[in-house]
Amino acid sequence: MGRYVIRRLLQMIPVFIGTTFIIFAMVHALGDPVAALFGDKAPDPAVAAQIRQQLGLNDPLIVQYGNYMKGIFTGDLGTTFSGQPVTELLKTAYPTTLKLTIVAFTFEVILGIGLGVISGMRRGRFADTGVMVMTLIVISIPTFVIGYVLQYLFGVKWGIADATVPEGAPFSSLILPGFVLASVSLAYVARLTRTTIAENTKADYVRTAVAKGLPKRRVVTHHLLRNSLIPVITFLGTDLGALMGGALVTERIFNIHGVGYYLYQGILRQNTPTVVGFVTVLVIVFLLANLIVDLLYAVLDPRIRYA
Amino acid sequence: MPDQQPNKPNGVPDDANTELSSAFPQTPTLGAMEVEGMLEKEDLTHSPDQPTESVAVADREVPRSLWQDAWRELRRNPIFIISGILIIFLIIVAFFPSLFDSTSPLECDLSKSQQGPTSGHPFGFDTQGCDVYARTVYGARASITVGVFATLGTALLGTVLGGLAGFFGGWLDAIISRIADIFFGIPILLGGLVFLSVIPSRSIWIVVAFIVVLGWPQLARIARGAVITARQQDYVTAARALGAGNSRLMLRHILPNSLAPIIVVATIALGTYISLEATLSYLGVGLKPPTVSWGIDISAAADTFRLAPHMLLFPAGALCVTILAFIMLGDAVRDALDPKLR
Repeated sequence: MGRYVIRRLLQMIPVFIGTTFIIFAMVHALGDPVAALFGDKAPDPAVAAQIRQQLGLNDPLIVQYGNYMKGIFTGDLGTTFSGQPVTELLKTAYPTTLKLTIVAFTFEVILGIGLGVISGMRRGRFADTGVMVMTLIVISIPTFVIGYVLQYLFGVKWGIADATVPEGAPFSSLILPGFVLASVSLAYVARLTRTTIAENTKADYVRTAVAKGLPKRRVVTHHLLRNSLIPVITFLGTDLGALMGGALVTERIFNIHGVGYYLYQGILRQNTPTVVGFVTVLVIVFLLANLIVDLLYAVLDPRIRYA
Repeated sequence: MPDQQPNKPNGVPDDANTELSSAFPQTPTLGAMEVEGMLEKEDLTHSPDQPTESVAVADREVPRSLWQDAWRELRRNPIFIISGILIIFLIIVAFFPSLFDSTSPLECDLSKSQQGPTSGHPFGFDTQGCDVYARTVYGARASITVGVFATLGTALLGTVLGGLAGFFGGWLDAIISRIADIFFGIPILLGGLVFLSVIPSRSIWIVVAFIVVLGWPQLARIARGAVITARQQDYVTAARALGAGNSRLMLRHILPNSLAPIIVVATIALGTYISLEATLSYLGVGLKPPTVSWGIDISAAADTFRLAPHMLLFPAGALCVTILAFIMLGDAVRDALDPKLR
C-alpha cells in the first residue's frame, strides 16, 4: 500500500507541472495583457513598458511560470489587472460554486445510485427499461438545453423554483441548477451502477449470502452494493472535478456568480491573472480528486495494490 | 475433387497443423474417445456430404469471428436498426441539405424577426428573421462533421499512441502515459474556454483538432489496456516464435484483437463530441458565424427563449436526436462486441 501511494504521488508531479504549464502558456498566448488593460485606447509606450516591467512580462515564459508556481505554493495567485488579489476574488466565487457542486453531487449519488440499483435488480423488467430509456434521453440532451428548458418550465411557467439565483446563493435556490448540473453525470452513474449490479447479482458470493438465509436487504447493502460500487466511486470522484468545470454552463444559465462566471468574464476581458489563477485552481482540484479516487480504489479493492 | 482433403474414418484431418488437431492430444488418453467424438461433430468441412468446395474457402467459414458474431447480433437489434436509419438520414441531410430545403439559411428578413411557425416555414423565424427550418437543416453538417472527424482523429491518435505504449512498455509506456495524464488532467470545457479563445478564426477543423488534442488520452488508455491483454496471448508468442517481426505482430495479430473495445468507446464518444461542439459554440468559443451550427443557434436563441421558445426548441431537438442516434448506435455496438453481456 505504501509503495503504491508513493508511486502514485511521484507520477502526479510531472502531470501537475505539465498541465499547469500548458494552461499557463495558452493563457499567455491570449494576447497582450497590457494592451487589454487599456481597452480600446493605445497605451503610452513608456507606461506600457513600465507595467510590463512591473508584472514581469518581459521575462521568458518559463521564468514567469516558475515565479507563478512559487507564488501558488505560498498561497499567492497574483493580482488581477484591476488590483484585486486573485485569492480574494476566488474567496468570493468559490463557496458559491462549491455549494452548487455539493447540491449536484448529492443528486448524483442519491438518484444515480438509487435508480441504478433499482434498474440492475430488476433487469429486463419495466422499471429497468424505463430507467434505461430515461437515462439515454438525458445523456443525449446537452446540459445547456436541459438548463434552459427546466428554467423555463419550473422557474418561469410554473413558478416552482427560482429562475435565477440571487446574491449569496442560498441552497434552496440552487436545487434546480444543481439538478441541471448533475443531470448528465447522474444518468451515467445510474447506467454504470446498473451494469455492475447486474453483473454481481450472479456472483457466487451473492448466491452464498442468499443461501445462508440472509434477509434480502442485508444481501443488497452488505454484499452486493459493497462490491458493485467500486467502479461507481471511481466515476463519482473523477466527476467531482469535472462538475466544477461543467459549472461554467450552469452558472451562465442561472446567473450564478461563481467560479465559472468570473472565469468567463476574465477571458472576455483578457484578464490573464484571473484566468490562470482560476483555471489552475480548478485543475488542481481535478487532479487531487483523481488522486484521492485512485488511493480510495486501492483501499476498496486489494487487488489494485499489488498490480 | 483433386484438392479435397481425404477424410480419415474418425474425422480427424491428417493435417496436424490445423487448430482442431493441435488443440487436443492425439495420443490416446482417458478422455480421447470423447475428444474425437467432439471433433467429428465440429469438423463439418470434412464430412462427406458437404458440397465439394476448395478447402481454402471452406476452412475460412468454419469459425465465426467476433466481427461476424457481432454483425449477426446487430442485425437483430432494433436499437441498431433505428439508430442506423436515423444516422443514414442525418448523413444525407448533412451532405445534401438542399434536398430538404429551398431557402438559404443565410437569407434573412428582419421584418419577420422571431415570428412563429407559418405555412412554408414550419419552424418559424429567429431574431435575425432567418428561417429556423433552413438553419436546422443546414446545421446538421457542422455537427456531424465535427463528431465524425473528431472521433476518427481521437481513435487514430489514441490507438497509435496507446497501442505503442502497451506493446513496447518500459520507458515509452511511461512517457506516453504521463503525456496522456497531462492532457487528461485538463477538464475539457475549461480547456476549450482557454485554448479556443486564443484562436481568432475558428473553423470546423480547429474545433476538431481541439477535441482530438484533449480527447485522445481516453482512447489511448483503452487501447493500451487492450493491447497489453492481447500481447500476453499464446497466439502472439506463437507468431513471435515463428519469426514474426514487431510490425507484423502489431498489425496482423494484436491490432485486430484489440480493436473491439476501442470501437465501442469511440462510437459512444461520437455522440458526446457532438454535444461538446454545441456546448463550446454555446459558450462562444466553438464555431463562429457564418458557419451554421445548432450550438450557435441555440446560444443566440437562449436570450429570448421565454418570448420565442420555438427558436431554441427546433435546433435543440435536432441536436438531441442526432446525439441520441449516435449514442444508441454506440450502445448497440457495445452490446454486440462485449461477450460478457451475452
